[in-house]
Amino acid sequence: MEVATGAGRSMPDVPLVALSGACVHFGAMRALDGVSLTVSPGECVGLMGHNGAGKSTAVNVINGGLTPTEGHVRYGNEDGKHGTGAARARACGIRSVFQELSLCPNLSVLENLRVPHRDLTGFGWRKTAAARIAGALDEIFPGHRIEPGMIVGDLTLAERQMVEIAAGFASGPTPPRLVILDEPTSSLDASIARQLLEHVRRFCAKGGAVIFISHMLGEVFEVASRIDVMKDGKIIASRPASEFTQQGLIDAMGHVAAEKAAARTAVESDQRIGGEVLKTPEGLNARKGEIVGLAGLAGHGQAEALARFFMSRSGKLGRVKDPEVAFVAGDRGRDGVMPLWSILRNLTLTHLPSLTRRGLVDAVAEQALGADWKKRIGIRTDNLDNLILSLSGGNQQKVLFARALASTAPIVVMDDPMRGVDVGTKQEAYDMIRTEAAYGRTFLWYSTETDEVCQCDRVFVFRNGQISAELSGDGITEENILAASFQMQGTGA
Amino acid sequence: MNGKYRILLPVLSLTVLLAAVFYLQPRAMSYFGLNLLFNLAVPIALATIAQMMIIMVNDIDLSVGTFVSFVACVTATFLNDAPLLGVAILLASILAYAAIGALIHIRQLPAIVVTLGMSFVWGGLAVLLLPSPGGAAPAWIRTVMTVKPPLVPMAVVACVVIAGLTHLLIMRSSTGTLLRAVGGNAQAVARSGWSVTKLKAGAYALAGFFGVLAGVCLVGLTTSADANIALRYTLLSIAGVILGGGEFTGGRVSPVGAVLGALTLALAGSFLSFMRLSPDWQIGAQGAILILVLAVRLIFSRRGRKWKGAENG
Repeated sequence: MEVATGAGRSMPDVPLVALSGACVHFGAMRALDGVSLTVSPGECVGLMGHNGAGKSTAVNVINGGLTPTEGHVRYGNEDGKHGTGAARARACGIRSVFQELSLCPNLSVLENLRVPHRDLTGFGWRKTAAARIAGALDEIFPGHRIEPGMIVGDLTLAERQMVEIAAGFASGPTPPRLVILDEPTSSLDASIARQLLEHVRRFCAKGGAVIFISHMLGEVFEVASRIDVMKDGKIIASRPASEFTQQGLIDAMGHVAAEKAAARTAVESDQRIGGEVLKTPEGLNARKGEIVGLAGLAGHGQAEALARFFMSRSGKLGRVKDPEVAFVAGDRGRDGVMPLWSILRNLTLTHLPSLTRRGLVDAVAEQALGADWKKRIGIRTDNLDNLILSLSGGNQQKVLFARALASTAPIVVMDDPMRGVDVGTKQEAYDMIRTEAAYGRTFLWYSTETDEVCQCDRVFVFRNGQISAELSGDGITEENILAASFQMQGTGA
Repeated sequence: MNGKYRILLPVLSLTVLLAAVFYLQPRAMSYFGLNLLFNLAVPIALATIAQMMIIMVNDIDLSVGTFVSFVACVTATFLNDAPLLGVAILLASILAYAAIGALIHIRQLPAIVVTLGMSFVWGGLAVLLLPSPGGAAPAWIRTVMTVKPPLVPMAVVACVVIAGLTHLLIMRSSTGTLLRAVGGNAQAVARSGWSVTKLKAGAYALAGFFGVLAGVCLVGLTTSADANIALRYTLLSIAGVILGGGEFTGGRVSPVGAVLGALTLALAGSFLSFMRLSPDWQIGAQGAILILVLAVRLIFSRRGRKWKGAENG
């Protein structure tokens, strides 16, 4: 590796950024729990970890977007002129390229550079901007066909990502010293990704530094000089890349618990599961009474697959009274609760058509249904007429479960339903799901948490919008899920 | 729809309408005729630019009409009698616009509600100033608005100047680019360390500034004011921005298009008069023209998307 030879040429002992004991809390959740990390010139750090391990939070602390609740961040080359987080980080040459695109689609390529580069003002700024972005694009992606005057909205997804990366490396008011790349190759094809990896190596050899986050293990091993593994908001391993193997890295990321749950479901599932009830074009299928899990890293197409399936089976005229599919939302605020309604009205929402008599809601039947479900799933409230928001998150989620289960739908689609739910409620929900499955209901369950996925009879692991593995029975282990979520082989080399 | 072709449709619709007007009334094809046709389009164009500033940052302003009316009343009273006080009032109203923009962003309020509320405030202030039509235009505004440049009438020159200057300001300058970026991806702008609140306040202040210009110009043309003088500007300005190739969200606006859109809408009124259409039907017919143009645009953008899909797939 040529990385090691160029390390620390310019300023050997001053780290570009140093986190010491950084903690970030969001309410009761500890997104970052005492992370200490330094990045020196010439280093390329591969930051690895499963969903919610704290990678993005760590990145946001480094680039000044978040201020740690405890501990502190120190930057090298500080001149002390810039007070607040983000401005300070920028003045020290810290640049971030985010996974979710952060370009303005209505502006041209060169105009987009105006947003991060504050010195682009006055007469002739367009020329400077065009020179900077074209220079970076030519250097990183030789042979690209992007003109600085093109409107970003007209570019393909890969081209947009190239522009974003180029903007991260482009020369500016302060030259880039540490560039954070979060899943930079997610929409690039192999040859372009290779150009990027080569540039990262050249950049580090010249004394720059890169933090590289990717689910492609091959890429990480190719560029990283050191790999830091995060789990539960902590860095649990930090070693030179050469001391890791791909399998060892997967093992380091995983937990050890939640083996027994899988064993139990495997035993009883035999009597419960019937014939196939659904099949989607992308290869997802499920049988009667089966609990099917959708796993993988967040944002790899699981939620979209669920939504596509749900939309294809619902909203048809005449099926309102007797729906084929019911939906349990995970993002309660966005597609779950009606915040101004009572618990009862939230609960009976999908069931209304069968509670209707002569066009009006039958209040007595509605009360009875609500009381029944309150008892069955134990919603903790003394009065169902209270506002839904008076409940805790876990109990709100129970109402949403009841809303779906009260319908007669044979298939229940769940979009990460346990988000922000406490452990006790989770156990109750698992039992509820298992009971309902025993009655012959089919569950499609997307979850970002591995111990939930281990509750399922069969699991489809998604990567890059496609199913990369189908696991069942004893094969459902965190290890297998991780292995299928991360791309093991090299990048087409 | 590709940005470069976005401007074609407003050009085309204005040309078609102009040709139709000239066909019905060939005498309009003169210095005097053109001035008459486009005279009242100048304040509409300015109000449309004001609306565009707000739509640029993904909001909408339902108070443009009453604000222009208010400014017209100030112009016909204070600016005429006590110029210093008049100027101070107008400056304060621009600041008020900036404050509304900041408030909308800080409290995450829906702009449609806040500006609807403000429209009653401006309308009320206008009625307080001029309970019945009256006042007088300051002489210098009158002179400016009735100046007769050689060859091309004032209205056309004014529209070209407005379109050119706002194009430079919004589409070419670095500040304008930043303002459009707020409409395109406010999160990215905030993440780069800019204050979106300040930028939004700036966009609203620009809207206030152009609203003031619209009111002043209007009084220059009509010589007196009335509290209800420009009520229809709210809808005209929104329609003008959209007709000119702008979109409600995403910071996709075109100042040149907005001016062309305003001209088209003003011309549509004259066209219908030349057709000897009863005034009762005119508003409906104007709406029909608007729907027609927007339908053509929808077909264009559908096609464009299909082509793009074919390219990518």
